[in-house]
Order: sequence, then C-alpha cells, then structure tokens
Amino acid sequence: MSDVSQPAAHPPVIDWVNDFDHTDPQWTEDPFPIWEELRAASPVVHTERFLGCYMPTTYEAVREIANDTEHFSSRRIIVRDIRPEITSRNVAPPITSDPPVHKPAKQLLLPPFTPDAMKKLEPRMRAICNELIDGFIADSKVDAAARYSKYIPVQAIAHMLGIPESDSDLFINWIHMILELGIKDENKLLQAVQEMSAYFMAHIEERRSKPTDDLISYLMNAKDKEGQPLEESHVLGSLRLLLIAGIDTTWSAIGSSLWHLARTPADRERLIAEPGRIPTAVEELLRAYAPVTMAREVVKETTISGCPVKAGNMVLLSFPAANRDPKMFPDADKVVIDRRENRHAAFGLGIHRCVGSNLARMEMQVALEEWLKRIPDFRLDPAGTVTWSQGTVRGPRQLPFLLGKAM
Amino acid sequence: MAERLRVHVDPDKCQGHARCKALAPELFELDEYGNAHEAGDGTIPPGLEDKAWLAKSNCPEIAIDVIEE
Ligand code: SF4
Repeated sequence: MSDVSQPAAHPPVIDWVNDFDHTDPQWTEDPFPIWEELRAASPVVHTERFLGCYMPTTYEAVREIANDTEHFSSRRIIVRDIRPEITSRNVAPPITSDPPVHKPAKQLLLPPFTPDAMKKLEPRMRAICNELIDGFIADSKVDAAARYSKYIPVQAIAHMLGIPESDSDLFINWIHMILELGIKDENKLLQAVQEMSAYFMAHIEERRSKPTDDLISYLMNAKDKEGQPLEESHVLGSLRLLLIAGIDTTWSAIGSSLWHLARTPADRERLIAEPGRIPTAVEELLRAYAPVTMAREVVKETTISGCPVKAGNMVLLSFPAANRDPKMFPDADKVVIDRRENRHAAFGLGIHRCVGSNLARMEMQVALEEWLKRIPDFRLDPAGTVTWSQGTVRGPRQLPFLLGKAM
Repeated sequence: MAERLRVHVDPDKCQGHARCKALAPELFELDEYGNAHEAGDGTIPPGLEDKAWLAKSNCPEIAIDVIEE
C-alpha cells in the first residue's frame, strides 16, 4: 500500500459517556465494554466531538432511527471531523439518498444482487478462495487478513464490475483513504474519490464502443422511471458505492470470523464436523462482529427512546452495538454459533438495508467452508499482533496465524 | 383448535434481507428485487411449522407473521 500515513490524533477519551470517540485506540481495539458502559448510561449518548454527534446504544434506539427518514437524513453517512458541502462528487446513491429519490436508485441495484444471482457467482468465489489458499498453505504461518480475507471481496466485486482483479491493491488503497484516513483528512478523501472516478470514467468510455455484460454496462444501460438513461454522475456514484461498500466490509467480516475460530477451537471443530451449520454460524458471527457502523444527520429535532436529539448533529448509527444489546439477544456477548433467534442488524435495518448482503453472506460462507476444508488447524501466532481498522468498518487488518497442529 | 397455519409477509416492512428464503425455502418466494412474499397462499404444510417459526424469528424487519386460522 502506498499510503501509510496516520490520521490526525484526537485527545484521548477519559469520559466515555459524555465524550465518546469511535476513532480512539481503546475503541478500535476493544469496543465491547465501552458499548456496555454507554448503554448502561443511556439509550442515546452524545459527544461534542465531530461537531456534535449522538450514538444510540440499544437495538431499539438504532431501529427507531434507521426507520425514521423524516428526522434523519442519509446525505452524510460517515461521521467525520468536518462536514463539507454536499456535491455530486461525494454522493453515492442509493446509500446517500433520502426518500423519495432513494427507492428508484435502490431498485436499480437490487436485481444483480439477489440470492439467485449470487448462486451463479459461487463457483468463481470458491476458485478465488482456493487460489489464495494455494499461495500460503505450504507455509507454517500466514497473515490471514493480508493474504486471504482482504482479497476475497475485492476480487468478487471486480469480477462483477468487470474490472481487472489484478487492480485489487489500487482499490484497497482508495478505500483505506476514504473510510479511514478520510475521517480526519479531507484531502485524502477527495484524492481517492477523484482517482476512482477517473478510473471508472476510463472503463465507461471503453464500454461505449465495446459493451460488456458486467455491472458497469448494466448501469450505463439502465433507464430511470421516465425511460431516460441515468446521469453520468449517478452511474459514477453507484460504481463508487459498489466498490467502496463491497470490499472493506466483507474483508472485515471474514477476518473477524477467522479470528474467532482461531481462538475458539470448540466452534472450529464443530463447524468442521458439521459444515451444514456454517450458514447459521455465519449469521451469529455477523451479529457478534458486525463490521459496519453507518451514520445519519439529524435534520429535524425529535426524541429517540425518550432522549431529545437536536438538528445539525450527526448520529453514529452503530449496528454492531445494537447487536450486543442483551435486551434483544440473550447472552449477547457470547458467540453461540447455533443461535436460533437472530434478528441481527449487521446489514442495517429499514430502507438502507445493505444491497450487497446476499453477496456478503455467500462470500463469508464460501470463505469459511473452503478455509476449514483445507486448513482445519490454525491458531493466533503469539509472536504476532492482531490490529483492527478504525472508524466506519471494523475488522482485523493484521491477523497472524500459525497453521497446522500445535507441536 | 387451530384449523390452519399460514405465513404472511408484510410487503411494506420487508426489505429483502432474504433470511426467510434461506431458512424456509418452501414457504417464501423472492421477487426480482429480492423482496419476499409467501409461497402460494402461505399455508404451512404439516412438518414445516418449525421452519416457519425460524423464519419469523430471524426476519430483521419483523415483517413475517404466523397466523392461526
Ligand atoms: S427476512 Fe424479512 S425482510 Fe428479509 S426478505 Fe424475508 S420477510 Fe423480507
């Protein structure tokens, strides 16, 4: 990765309840006890940081906000240090759209991501996973994040978009600049967005003379309700969204799942003995380690779970914290891989439900199945360090494993 | 005595998470956008009650009802 600079530092948090900061190293490393403390204090907490930001801490409060598009807007979906003007450069429909423009923009993207469409992609996914495993299976150690989980979603979405899988490192770098460094450094974000737009423009140009059957051509050919082609800024915005949303998220979910299995031999052995349980286990791993925290902007004053919220503030809509609410999930802090009742919110709730959820589920299942088939024995390397990403998406970025049976 | 058990998806609540289809493929169908509706008239054949319950308790949007008629 060419860019290794770190975002500007924030003062360390001393008072979590009144001054929380989701970019604080303590949160990045282990957010679970922090969420518990916040939840015990109030269903909605507030910080002055990030120009004013609320955070719902219970499942119920998260659900209320996710379903309330009147008081909460999606025009800003990441909590950052600044709030630049909204322009076509920084929107990514439909995730940044509010009703009524949201629905047609979303309906456009849904058909290529149905469960049936994902089934067709599954053989390619299995091949991708096995090619990656071939690359390190002979070794006794591996960084499973850097060599495995990171490349699965990026190759999948490249395959769907019809862009070279070999450009993966380029995409990963842009996403790091947008989702992590961009929280505190506007220039990094703009640079990545510009480079990404130029990249997609070149592909759009190419397809004008040579149409293909990938998602780029699909969007170029799409018509709106009036039968008109989409504006180019819409096509570009949706392409950026698919690339940004498709990679980090699933990379994190696969990484966290492997991290859990490396530390929990009983679960690992059970899934090897009963691979039919993997889909149910994937749901539980999604609940327990939900990677994505979205945001909303309060546009009209209201109350949530009895707490007043004022316009102009952002909301850290933490689906991961909702998924750890013991009121909703008994033993919320335990990973129960055959949990039967599991209405987890890892893919969001309401109209902004993740378009790629069927893709992510398929990728996670395949990634775990293929890994467990070929590498039944693995554990954390005590000589290495696990590191976690910051901010919007949470997952292991370094995941040092020892492979094979312990001596 | 319950004569008949039926599943029903509230189309206004469903957001296409597809959990129902994964857990009870016999009882649900998805449209081209991936949103669910009950298969046929939603009648739950004997032996599939557990699957219906599983689908209901796993729908994140609380869009599924199991109705006794
Ligand atoms: S699980 Fe619920 S939201 Fe998802 S498709 Fe089924 S009914 Fe719709």
